[in-house]
Amino acid sequence: MKLRLRYSKLGKVRFVSHRDGARLWERALRRVSFPVAYTEGFTPRPKLSFGMALPTGAESVAEYIDIDLVVGVSIDLDDPTVIDGISDALPVGMDVQVIAERDPSRGSLQTEVTSTTWELAGPGIEPELLEPAAKQILAADELLVERERKGQRRIDDVRPLIRNLGPDSSGTRFVAELNTVGRALRPSELALAAFPGIDPVDVRVLRTHQWTDHDGERREVLSLPGVVTAPDESLSA
Amino acid sequence: MSSLWPQIEPLLPRVQKPARYIGCEDGMVWPEHGGGKVAWLLAYPDTYEVGLPNQGLQILYEILNERSDAVAERTYAPWPDLESELRRTGLPLFSVDTHRSAADFDILAFNLSAELVYTNVLNMIDLAGAPVRSCDRDDNDPFVIMGGHAAFNPEPLADFIDVAVLGEGEEVVGEITEIVHAWITKGRSDRRALLRRLARVPGVYVPSMYEVTYADRADGGQLLAVKPLHSDIPSTVDKRTVADLGDWPYPKSPLAPLTEVVHDRLSVEVFRGCTRGCRFCQAGMITRPVRERPAEQVRTMVAEGLRQTGYGEVSLTSLSTADFSEIEPVVRGVLADQEAAAPRGPDGAAIGCGTTINLPSLRVDAFTVGLAGEVNSGRRSGLTFAPEAGTWRLRTVINKLIVEEDLYGAVESAFEQGWTRMKLYFLIGLPTETDADTLAIAELAKNCVRIGKKYTSRASVTISIGGFVPKAHTPFQWFGQNTEAEFRRKIELLRDATRRAHGVNLKWHDAAASTAEGIASRGDRRVGRVIERVWHAGGTFQEWGEHFDLRLWTDAFAAEGLSLEWYAHRHRDSNEVLPWAHLTAGLHSDFLWDDWQAALAESGVEDCRWTPCYDCGVCTGYGIEHVVASPVAPAGGSQGTGQDLARGSEVPVHLTVKALDGAVPLAGSAGGFS
Repeated sequence: MKLRLRYSKLGKVRFVSHRDGARLWERALRRVSFPVAYTEGFTPRPKLSFGMALPTGAESVAEYIDIDLVVGVSIDLDDPTVIDGISDALPVGMDVQVIAERDPSRGSLQTEVTSTTWELAGPGIEPELLEPAAKQILAADELLVERERKGQRRIDDVRPLIRNLGPDSSGTRFVAELNTVGRALRPSELALAAFPGIDPVDVRVLRTHQWTDHDGERREVLSLPGVVTAPDESLSA
Repeated sequence: MSSLWPQIEPLLPRVQKPARYIGCEDGMVWPEHGGGKVAWLLAYPDTYEVGLPNQGLQILYEILNERSDAVAERTYAPWPDLESELRRTGLPLFSVDTHRSAADFDILAFNLSAELVYTNVLNMIDLAGAPVRSCDRDDNDPFVIMGGHAAFNPEPLADFIDVAVLGEGEEVVGEITEIVHAWITKGRSDRRALLRRLARVPGVYVPSMYEVTYADRADGGQLLAVKPLHSDIPSTVDKRTVADLGDWPYPKSPLAPLTEVVHDRLSVEVFRGCTRGCRFCQAGMITRPVRERPAEQVRTMVAEGLRQTGYGEVSLTSLSTADFSEIEPVVRGVLADQEAAAPRGPDGAAIGCGTTINLPSLRVDAFTVGLAGEVNSGRRSGLTFAPEAGTWRLRTVINKLIVEEDLYGAVESAFEQGWTRMKLYFLIGLPTETDADTLAIAELAKNCVRIGKKYTSRASVTISIGGFVPKAHTPFQWFGQNTEAEFRRKIELLRDATRRAHGVNLKWHDAAASTAEGIASRGDRRVGRVIERVWHAGGTFQEWGEHFDLRLWTDAFAAEGLSLEWYAHRHRDSNEVLPWAHLTAGLHSDFLWDDWQAALAESGVEDCRWTPCYDCGVCTGYGIEHVVASPVAPAGGSQGTGQDLARGSEVPVHLTVKALDGAVPLAGSAGGFS
């Protein structure tokens, strides 16, 4: 049985890095004796795989993990104690929201997810600036930002990475849907480009969705129970 | 008082590794303050990664939080990036549990296992908002307590701490809590009266209740006496020792951190104390007698700890774990328990990668390697042994009684079982060491590689060299430490000797840091001003190579008019009053002196667990016996029974106490030490 879980990462645990998060999951699953499959070989590792890394310091209500169970073992996904048990073994702020069987014909999280939605807030990201900033960037053919990676400074056109921008329904946060193909655009990089002069370190970042594209239809990887997720629902653009 | 989290949170995106500061560990307590409870802030003056695994701190954290009259939270040294953010924003040191200000606590208790962190202690007191010198604190400031191995010579910190606690803390923290609780209930007035009351608690040393006298500068400025100021204050402070480790099965809820730390596994302490009698080893001397934890309790603590934390690895800790009487049955029992507890697949087989048992501080013999093989079914990358000295002669001096056959047997057995890399720990700068002893280290390593090549072409041996720093309450407390130049010369000798040796790697610790450690470990109260100057000059995190700067220390010595030579490199005589003479770990001072003389005569002593008593003073003094499950020595190696001390004796080297030019504590003064 192959599982996919959706979980949240909110509050103090937002400062736990992606790498440490993986270690936390291994410990949590061992605490509840979850029948996780292990790799063969000299140093067996649990078969867990994570999706797009969340930047350290960002929060999320849409994180995903794929877990392979030992062949021949299945668990009752309708049993609420399964979700609760794992959530209790995870630190405060990390809670499992959905657990589902994974279609083995589909790809990994890394290959399936084509875009992610973020909410940005903080000093300098003021309500009256949201709409104009979104319009200006969306109307432009290119958006040049200077980025540094591996010690090299270079100017990139990040406009193709931006799918949509706009205020959230409350009009206080900046919502961005960003493509994940190629060299990803960090939410903090976008914030600085959209609101020049801000200190990107002060920007609070929340990931709200991870989207897949199948036959032209865009869907949340796993939608929350009782919630109908319509793409672009919160975007005014 | 409330949480500072809303103010701290915006700083964390600006610092490295912010998960150090969030708490939220598995096993964390959510303490309820108030109601007259004594609030302890347990502080580890190094980074979270180093401090979190500390078992002493975790034990006291639980014991205090189980009490109805106390709460305990934890704090670790903020890295310089967060420190500068805190100072910039005017925020204090805070607890990681509920992010309370350090000022909200009644007691700031430091766990000190080594000396180079002393400047961090001052920095943390300052960040807590309290005056750094204890004499400047008033009734509203926290009491600063130090415990841990370094508390056995607390004199260099005497001006900054209110209280030092000697020995094991399990019982005494309760006694301190009760006294402080009564003081709080009566309205928190007259801090000095409270300190005087605390000074009467066994194991508690209050430096401000003692007067220190020194000889005149013209007479050399030596320490003359440390005497109590009042008749109700003890003239000698004795350490605390719990009689039965079985009564203290802590930690019951081990802390499992959210970020990687230095010992990222469960730890279960299997015994305390060690009577191997290695003369350089402070831990072995000050933690006697040997007290084993009942084997059944070890198994339960391992099973419970693994279940609660989800760790797949456990360390069975002690000063020499292969000496635990029931090590083999315990290891097998732990593995069986974990096999039984593992989830099952459809075929009924256990799922998972099993549990790794880690046995630190292994003895050097083939039995031990067999044990290590039993518990380590997976990866066999590296194995570490500590022969400590290159020749049998020098090993009889330091009483590390390993014959070469033991080492080669252990190494052969390890390569045979599939290990490919060995690490060998050695000390340089030991008493009576000659260049022949130093160079023999390279020969041992080469021979080990030769053995390994029979089994694998990848065989390699890493020599790890530390500079020996004499410590208080050991037979080597009278020995003058090697100079930095001498350490460097010996390292160069070894570099030359191993340069063309294929498969031998050489690593060494910074010789300059050893000098600073030596000053602090055997210093008197006058060294406190040096530490304060180093701290003022920005010298925090001195145990971190990239932050250590010996010039800060030599400049501070010069500014205080003190002689580094006198403190670090001078041999002491039997009639010298040592700065810790009024403190005791239960060892008779004549036992230590006789053992020092035996060392110079190259005479070893056997382990007193299985041989007649040498009357070191500990068991008789405390009325506590060694608690060992087996009356016979463990299997394997000449370190158990059957050692032949007559072997390998060479020309004895004598160590004489000589006058050193200008070597007086107060540089520039007249007179000499004789």
